[in-house]
Amino acid sequence: MRLYMMFLAMHLKSRMAYRKSFILYLFGQFFSAFSSFAVLYFLLDRFGEVKGYTLSDCLLCASVMWMAFSLAECFFRGFDRFPGIIRRAEFDRILVRPRGLIFQVLCQEVEFQRLGKLLQAALMLGVGVTLSEVAWTPLRCICVVLMVLGGAAVFSALYLMYAGISFFTLEGLEFMNCFTDGGKEHGSYPLDIYGEGLLKFCTYIIPYALFQYYPLQYLLGRGPEWYALLPLAAPLFFVPGYAVWRLGVRKYKSAGS
Amino acid sequence: MKACLTFFRMRLKSGLQYRTAAWAGIVTQFFWGFMEIRLYYAFYEASPERFPMTFAQLTSYVWLRQALLALFNAWSFEMELFDMILKGDVAYELCRPASLYGMWFARSLALRISRVVLRCVPLLVVTSLLPAPWGLGGPASLSAFAAFLVSMTLSACVCVAFSLIIYFSCFFTLSSDGVRMFTLPLVELFSGALIPLPFMPDGLAAIVQLSPFGAMQNAPLRIYSGNITGKELALVLALQLFWLMALCVIGYAMQRQGLRRLCVQGG
Repeated sequence: MRLYMMFLAMHLKSRMAYRKSFILYLFGQFFSAFSSFAVLYFLLDRFGEVKGYTLSDCLLCASVMWMAFSLAECFFRGFDRFPGIIRRAEFDRILVRPRGLIFQVLCQEVEFQRLGKLLQAALMLGVGVTLSEVAWTPLRCICVVLMVLGGAAVFSALYLMYAGISFFTLEGLEFMNCFTDGGKEHGSYPLDIYGEGLLKFCTYIIPYALFQYYPLQYLLGRGPEWYALLPLAAPLFFVPGYAVWRLGVRKYKSAGS
Repeated sequence: MKACLTFFRMRLKSGLQYRTAAWAGIVTQFFWGFMEIRLYYAFYEASPERFPMTFAQLTSYVWLRQALLALFNAWSFEMELFDMILKGDVAYELCRPASLYGMWFARSLALRISRVVLRCVPLLVVTSLLPAPWGLGGPASLSAFAAFLVSMTLSACVCVAFSLIIYFSCFFTLSSDGVRMFTLPLVELFSGALIPLPFMPDGLAAIVQLSPFGAMQNAPLRIYSGNITGKELALVLALQLFWLMALCVIGYAMQRQGLRRLCVQGG
């Protein structure tokens, strides 16, 4: 953990060398997320509600999703560059060091620029929570926190899986974006509006619904209380994620000297 | 023109090397389009009377946009060009027997076209085979299709002219990240890449319509399905032409200014 902090400090320092660009970038990130929320606002402003969800419900849902995604992105994005690490055979260096593999990949890249997004997501979460018409109880507050953490876990596991797969493909798989960025974008709306089949997929295959749809039902007073605890099951997705990663590591052949 | 063709051939060849990547891209685009249509369908079901275009027009819009994504997308920048400005390699470009602006314009356009040629066909074929309101419908009429082709060309050129302005802004800021982070979300939102303009609040949509962003993909995609017709069509085409010229003039002026200040260290 201390080592990780040292890496964090190191990355921060190197970013700070270009302070103006860094700050501009933060601002940019901050704004870029607004366009997605703008779309959400335009749609619900025009239509009033969709499948019984009002603007504030969707806003809450979207902001939780964004918060979860930005958390995962901020710390696990190292895996996004992973195909490059493999191709340049930098993974050799990682293998010979006496630390955990995953830990080292995490340290390779910490995207402080994403802090802007994180900040923005936090702000939106604040707005979403205050605007929502949820009758807040302690359990409901805990539920929101669990949703965010559970979501971050699922997205992180997806990044891990992505890295594992890139051992085989050697290049970035744009397809995985469907599940990471796509999950975030499309998951901004409660999942049941996409229909029954997709909801099932998001419950059993990639468990977005566990931290989004079901707890949201509870928050809005439409589901039983145990729905609030479902996000706790979301980290189980690390199991297949880790399995793919292990499989990839075992298959790894170095590309260079 | 010849430069453009040469670049186009180069790009197409190098693009063909990465066929798996292209396929992965196609699948991704299909998936995104599908999810988006599902989303709009939920809204359509909720209150069809508030839907600002017919549902078939919307699906055509989404599929066409997905198929032509590479032609219009705001973020297809070549990092190489930014690096050229930053590292001073732009000096080599000045030695070449073609104007910098013209050459880079041709190069950017060629990149976009080569990408879209590789990717659009499978997507267009598959989506036009989907059952009626879900798939890509035919053009509203023959004249609409002709107008669509004209508008598509103009629109691609407007996108390129706009991206050149971003490239040349690098002469002044020396770091492209900030500018790009600021402009890209704006372009994406207002050019109709995220949401068709008619879905915006009416006042805002009317203003954006007149802006250079409205002259980007918004125009051809809506012309195709007959969402823009008659007098409005003429106005939109005229606006596109106007913005294309305006952006070119601005970009060219920026390039002149930038080159005048430019001081390349030798070595």
